[in-house]
Amino acid sequence: MTDATVITRDDQGEAGFGDYFALLKPRVMSLVVFTALVGLLVAPAPVHPVVAVASILFIALGAGASGALNMWWDADIDAVMQRTARRPVPAGRVAAQEALAIGLALSGLAVVMLALAANLLAAGLLAFTIFFYAVVYTMWLKRSTPQNIVIGGAAGAFPPMIGWAVATGGVSAESVLMFALIFMWTPPHFWALALFMKSDYHAARVPMLTVTHGRRATRRHILAYTALLVLVSLGLGVTQIGGPVYLTLALLLNALFLRGVWTLWRRNEAAAEADGYRAEKRVFRFSLSYLFLHFGALLAEATLRSFGVGGW
Amino acid sequence: MAIKAEHELHKRRFSRNLGVGLALAGFVALMFALSVVKINSVGPVQGFDHAVRPELSEAAK
Repeated sequence: MTDATVITRDDQGEAGFGDYFALLKPRVMSLVVFTALVGLLVAPAPVHPVVAVASILFIALGAGASGALNMWWDADIDAVMQRTARRPVPAGRVAAQEALAIGLALSGLAVVMLALAANLLAAGLLAFTIFFYAVVYTMWLKRSTPQNIVIGGAAGAFPPMIGWAVATGGVSAESVLMFALIFMWTPPHFWALALFMKSDYHAARVPMLTVTHGRRATRRHILAYTALLVLVSLGLGVTQIGGPVYLTLALLLNALFLRGVWTLWRRNEAAAEADGYRAEKRVFRFSLSYLFLHFGALLAEATLRSFGVGGW
Repeated sequence: MAIKAEHELHKRRFSRNLGVGLALAGFVALMFALSVVKINSVGPVQGFDHAVRPELSEAAK
């Protein structure tokens, strides 16, 4: 009997479902889902649970679609950076054109479906967010200016505003302040990361502030943006969606964050390298809890208000 | 190399097909639920259905 030999074809293009899911940047999507959900739930207008679930899903889908477009465009620099080299496109599991097709198709689907499920304003904001992240940030700013993440951070700041628009059909001071909270939080968060991942961005020739202006300037910028972040965070506490629980937690979180950032500002590179960028890593990790707890506190205030005890 | 019934490639294809199938089924279920909610939110709807309904006439309004 002749033994048959199977010539195995190249595995490219034979991605599993997990690879396509990874294109949508699930970790970013989870933050989008959480902040959009808080924006929707703290709004002073009730939303039917089915409409709320559908709207959040379509907002997440839109965010995922912009992630796929980002991976299509940035495949060359993702391949160079250690942190991103295992993503589906640079790893060769998904073709770049496939990522583009998925990104465009899901963007269209998410925007149209959000318009049908909620309203045109929410859908318009989602469309603008996708455009801002894929075109303004990814294609234009990321490779051309060290202020890339400052302006590009707006894309990540829109979800609570979209959630609010789903419920109210409008934009208000509260939703703008929730936007501003994420917008001001983004630079200290990413620059703290860049302080201990400098070689990665340098290798990919991404003009991060650490590469173009040095780490001393980056530490100054982190401090300046954190000061603005504190103002926004406390300002949100005196609005209709704030309250004593939120304000107390915000005061504590801001004090801790400011202390960490102050330490970063005072340190020099020799001290940072000596302890393996421990303080920088701590600020980066704390920044994640900082944002999560702020939105968690807004949700707690809304829950308490529904029992007649929260808010001012 | 002998032909194997199951290759790693088949597993990936299966996971892809299963994932797409479940996503589509979920989408259909969501559309159905959304349609029910949207239609119910309008309230009771009456229209001409070949039966005389005096309450629908202009005079009754």
